[in-house]
Amino acid sequence: MIKLFPFIRKYYLMIALVIVLLFIQAMADLTLPDYLAKIVNYGIQPLEAQQSAGSVTVESQSNLVLNTGLMMLVLTLVSVTAAISVGLLSARVAAGVARDLRDSVFTRVLDFSSGEISQFSSASLITRATNDVTQLQTVTQMIMRMVFYAPIIGIGGFIKALNTAPSLLWVIILMAVIVLGVIISAFAIVLPKYKIIQQLLDKLNLVMRENLNGLFVVRAFNQQKHEEARFDQANKDLTKTTLFVSRVMVFLMPLMMFLMSATSLVVVWAGAQHVEAGQLQVGDMMAFMQYTMQIFMAFMFMAMMFFIIPRASVSAERIAEVLNTTPLINDPVNPRKFSDKSRARVEFRDVSFHYPDAEEDVLHNVSFTAEAGKTTAFIGTTGSGKSTVVSLIPRFYDLTKGEILINGVNIKDVNRSDLRDMIGYIPQKSNLFTGTIRSNLLFGDNEASEETILKASEIAQAADFINTAEEGLEMSISQGGGNVSGGQRQRLAIARALVKKAPILIFDDSFSALDFRTDAALRAALKDQLSGSTIFLVSQRVSTIKNSDQIIVLNEGKIIGKGTHSELLETNEIYRDIALSQLTPEELK
Amino acid sequence: MNRENPKNNGLDPKKNKGPMGMGHGPMSLMKGDKAKNFSGTMKKLAEYLGNYKVGTSIAILLAFLSTVFTIFGPKILGDTTTKVFQGAMSQMAGTDAGFDYSGIRNGILLALGLYLFSAALSFIQGWIMTGIAVDITYRLRKDISEKVNRLPLRYFDRVSHGEVLSRITNDVDTVNQTLSQSMAQIINSVVTVFGVLIMMFIISWQLTLIALLMIPLSLVLVQAIVKNSQKYFRQQQDTLGHVNGHIEEMFAGHTEVKAFNQESASISDFRQMNNTLYASAWKSQFLSGIIMPSMFFIGNLGYVAVVVFGGWLALRRLVQVGDIQAFVQYIRSFTQPITQLANISNVLQQTAAAAERVFEFLGEEEEIPESINPMAMPRATGKVEFSKVSFGYDPQKRIIHSFSDSILPGERVAIVGPTGAGKTTIVKLLMRYYDVDDGSIKIDDVDIRNLSRTDLRRQFAMVLQDTWLFNGTIFENIRYGDANATEEDVIRASKAAHADHFIRALPNGYNMVLNEETSNISTGQKQLLTIARAFLVNPPMLILDEATSSVDTHTEILIQKAMLDLMKNRTSFIIAHRLSTIRDADKILVMDEGNIVEQGTHEELLSRNGFYAGLYNSQFAVMR
Repeated sequence: MIKLFPFIRKYYLMIALVIVLLFIQAMADLTLPDYLAKIVNYGIQPLEAQQSAGSVTVESQSNLVLNTGLMMLVLTLVSVTAAISVGLLSARVAAGVARDLRDSVFTRVLDFSSGEISQFSSASLITRATNDVTQLQTVTQMIMRMVFYAPIIGIGGFIKALNTAPSLLWVIILMAVIVLGVIISAFAIVLPKYKIIQQLLDKLNLVMRENLNGLFVVRAFNQQKHEEARFDQANKDLTKTTLFVSRVMVFLMPLMMFLMSATSLVVVWAGAQHVEAGQLQVGDMMAFMQYTMQIFMAFMFMAMMFFIIPRASVSAERIAEVLNTTPLINDPVNPRKFSDKSRARVEFRDVSFHYPDAEEDVLHNVSFTAEAGKTTAFIGTTGSGKSTVVSLIPRFYDLTKGEILINGVNIKDVNRSDLRDMIGYIPQKSNLFTGTIRSNLLFGDNEASEETILKASEIAQAADFINTAEEGLEMSISQGGGNVSGGQRQRLAIARALVKKAPILIFDDSFSALDFRTDAALRAALKDQLSGSTIFLVSQRVSTIKNSDQIIVLNEGKIIGKGTHSELLETNEIYRDIALSQLTPEELK
Repeated sequence: MNRENPKNNGLDPKKNKGPMGMGHGPMSLMKGDKAKNFSGTMKKLAEYLGNYKVGTSIAILLAFLSTVFTIFGPKILGDTTTKVFQGAMSQMAGTDAGFDYSGIRNGILLALGLYLFSAALSFIQGWIMTGIAVDITYRLRKDISEKVNRLPLRYFDRVSHGEVLSRITNDVDTVNQTLSQSMAQIINSVVTVFGVLIMMFIISWQLTLIALLMIPLSLVLVQAIVKNSQKYFRQQQDTLGHVNGHIEEMFAGHTEVKAFNQESASISDFRQMNNTLYASAWKSQFLSGIIMPSMFFIGNLGYVAVVVFGGWLALRRLVQVGDIQAFVQYIRSFTQPITQLANISNVLQQTAAAAERVFEFLGEEEEIPESINPMAMPRATGKVEFSKVSFGYDPQKRIIHSFSDSILPGERVAIVGPTGAGKTTIVKLLMRYYDVDDGSIKIDDVDIRNLSRTDLRRQFAMVLQDTWLFNGTIFENIRYGDANATEEDVIRASKAAHADHFIRALPNGYNMVLNEETSNISTGQKQLLTIARAFLVNPPMLILDEATSSVDTHTEILIQKAMLDLMKNRTSFIIAHRLSTIRDADKILVMDEGNIVEQGTHEELLSRNGFYAGLYNSQFAVMR
């Protein structure tokens, strides 16, 4: 939690003000019982005791009572004003801290390279930027309003009590010890169980999610009963622990209420004796009783800390983790520029690479040159590193040895944005964003003309279904592109990259969601329309890459073959194996 | 199999509550969540409670008694204080009445007894109610889990998995909270308000009238604040939704954002939304935050009024000093239940909304019941006949029109078509995940609707490209198809599926536990496991979904071999992507836009020069 302290620094003044206001509120609240004592001690008592003496009258005493009442009213107003101001300030601080945290997490994550993203997983980053931040907002506010207030009113009440009736102080100490003992032991029992409950709930969710994901299989194998039994087991475990925790809490509440009432009784009992001994005024005893109640409430508030702090610190920890992770890939201090932005010759020189948290290299001394306007394809088994090779070009990852040159310039010497301006990239699983087809295509280049958009969708074989859609380019796209099919999504992603009109195009296994017919038509269109582009193709399908200018066969991170389809068929055994498993001998030609 | 309409499988993060289950605090202002049929839902919930009539009645009685006993406390304590006061007075006045110690002691002991008794009652009440609530929670979850397996798959076309999960966790939890806590709270609040009123009237009607002024004042105030803050709350929820949505999208599409240099555009969008959120967030937080101080303020006003007016009355010997103290305590215990009562309708609405979602789910129409006298089918030969089958996912929109075909035992049927053509539909009909709208499907001349689903599905094994494995050992995963299989059976099946070799190479071999995401073995290995599962079941018919996803060459070859072995002597339906598979099939069903557009062998279809020929030729047209 301490790691997030800098975020609060900005609000030091407001927080200091909150503490002052809370102090004023506490003092006002604590002074109220004094006036009760005053009314009893100097208002009612003298009259009762000395009526015979005749020095005080009902009228004079009534005035005293009313004047005292006026003071109480003023105090009440002071208290509520302070409380509302605290509410205002703490709301602004909490919402402000949340805004700042959200902003920092968001900008930091956008600065991350793919390495950091996969280290956290994007799902986890989303939770951190949303739920965890909201959680901290609630907690910040609660801490300011309750946790700050508790010690102030507790200590204030203690001092007041000390001044009023030092002889009764033991009651407060006894109460404090018992209450603390109860709270601490209850939480010692319950808190670890809460963690277990969360785990059991996760388990319950897991079983249900597995069942839902496998609906077809479960029914195909007639295993409904088995699934129900698995769920029942998880359900029973959860129920048992929940019941235990609920019952501890059920025990706690009446116990605390009882302790609070019992304290008043002890005050009256012990107080009566002091009153008889003439050491204590009745009004003071009554005021003392109110102080003990205030102190008791302070303890209850502090008990909430036991609940709040562990929850908050988990969230804080998770956010701090993100903020403490610095992106590995940064812009150079003195960036160079590309002189020719229309053509691109890409050269890999002795490139080796391992993932940030891995020890072993996934690429070993990879060298090749992709001439401008030519198509280079990569094929190989899973884990051979073919997707990794192309992900190094836009610097999603940084190579660990060797260098990559575009038109003779090392890609590490240019700004990332300049580098990426040269590249149109289509990932294996592409994402679309909420908006329209048009807004998604413009994502490639905000200033693209209508003509460019139409041309790009034509080449990407997306024009057909855009035209059949009622709203055409204005057809709305839901989050992640959930309302279009996988193939359509892929075609839009390709069109989006083409809108960019970049000299380099990278297709990272992006044809796999397309059927053969679309795949073929797309490749034909690419060949016709984009002959000037340097194209990188990653694929499992031999038919997709077969006509490339250069095919690179990768195995375990090493280049084991380089050449055209027909060359490789002759010379490369692995390539031949792959080809044979997919095509018949006559199709190989 | 559902890959053509992807679903959101994750829980909606916006709906997630904290782990501590602090579902609705006393100040939950979130309205908006309203039940469509409040009374109907509550009646159903009451029916559920009806099974615990005795327990619930006792709990209600105990909550009532416990509150009543607490209410006497301050009065007795006040009287005792008066006795102390009188003792002090008499001492000062020098009369010899002195301290009424026994009276004071009796009063205190009586109050102590009452408090203790009340605490005990409240504890027993809580014990019983949590027991009931937890039991109902358990039953609701169990009912939901069993319901899932009885629902037609059609249901999951429109309801996401996330929604079902949210019902089983969040909604059930809300109901649990209301039953275990809010119910006692409601009883407590109502009894306290009335009991305290009565006690106050007994002590002094004058003071009571003053105290009563607080009620309309506080109700008006709370209502006004709630009403005002609701606007900002809704705003806050909306903007929070936008901000979180943006975060979700940008993080999920991180690669694209970077690749297209859209970071700064995305950040500026985000900042704008984040600032709007800030404005509505602090306003709503502030407004909800001042309810407590406001109630406190009114409580203090009451306190001052009682002390001053009480003092004034005491001077005139109309009330006793102890009465003032008792009154002060009563007023303090008055504000909380009033706040709670003001919030009750919100809590009940939320509960009703949650319970309604649960009951709605439990009340969903189930699969068409089994035929009453299902025909037994020990083991089919594998002859399948479609006659004039018509079907549509949407009853208004038929996609398969009067399809007929007959397939002989052991034949291979390849189902081909472009992406999104609905290739899995036939399979779904065959296994009765969906029922045909018209016509019939017969296996060994028996209409599948005359078979029990269990018997029907026992005739098939499925190997899908979305392999489905669960968090358990490899052994358990393979044995999933046949719970009675012995270890030898499992190993034999694994050997047949060419999986034995790699399984033995894994740490712990057959006893290796697949992790929750089943990501600790490769995609290809997962497919081999599902093939082993199919071998174990050894059915007369097969459904195969050929993988398009990336599998390394070695495993790919193993999978192909295993699949070919598996298909021997079995009628097979293959959702085919590989040309060699298609060519070798005895029969090809060509699908487009949901309908079966052509059927025949490879050569027949090529010579027909129709849709299939186009599909096939386009594959090589560019190459040549």
